[in-house]
Amino acid sequence: MSWPFFHRSLEAKMQIKLCEQVFNPWQEIEQYQASLTHLAGKYGATGVFVGSMRDFNQGDDVTSMYLEHYPGMTEKQLQQIVEQAQLQWSLLDSLVIHRIGEVNPPDVLVLVAVWSAHRGDAFDASRYIMEQLKSRAPFWKKETLVSGQHRWVEKNTTGYQQESR
Amino acid sequence: MSIKVRYFASLKESVGRGEDECHTTFPMPVQAVWQQLNPELAMPETLLIAVNMNYVKHDAMVEDGDELAFFPPVTGG
Repeated sequence: MSWPFFHRSLEAKMQIKLCEQVFNPWQEIEQYQASLTHLAGKYGATGVFVGSMRDFNQGDDVTSMYLEHYPGMTEKQLQQIVEQAQLQWSLLDSLVIHRIGEVNPPDVLVLVAVWSAHRGDAFDASRYIMEQLKSRAPFWKKETLVSGQHRWVEKNTTGYQQESR
Repeated sequence: MSIKVRYFASLKESVGRGEDECHTTFPMPVQAVWQQLNPELAMPETLLIAVNMNYVKHDAMVEDGDELAFFPPVTGG
């Protein structure tokens, strides 16, 4: 590990939250950014991804969902993902919030927000965090269909599929 | 002297338990732990495995005091 990267990781901060209730991602970003008084004037870019629950999946109408997670490991993996992003891009701060438990459409499922001096880092790091979260963070979705049937979602789609077209 | 074993999501339902305990006095491969606890059930190929909340490969070893977790592919986000 080179010194500049090590220096970066020491400076960058993060907040990770698992949330059992409905949350407003825009309010969370506003509140969190308001707390970053020491960074005022330092960040020129905020990269944001918000994922919401759809009312359909694989051709079926979905009425609700249960989000199971592995307490302890989920937080640990999310922290490692953000730390790895901090090593690759110049980030000033990061916020990751993910719902757990009962979720209904169109609730927000996940928020990833990163603050950086320039847009490239914000775009790339927020996408990296989101794609890593999808493949590594131990969450599992169990859907309830309009028919009353329950089913586990078996795997996540690849976020980069579009680019190979 | 034991290894705490945890199952999640659809795997917890197919195994019929959320937790197990595996008594051992020596390090064991995770596959041997699975076979000992679930002799009737082949270990799914897509299974993910974690030891002490870090991902490991299917040939990893576990020892007394470890927490071993088996679970299906993750579907968060």
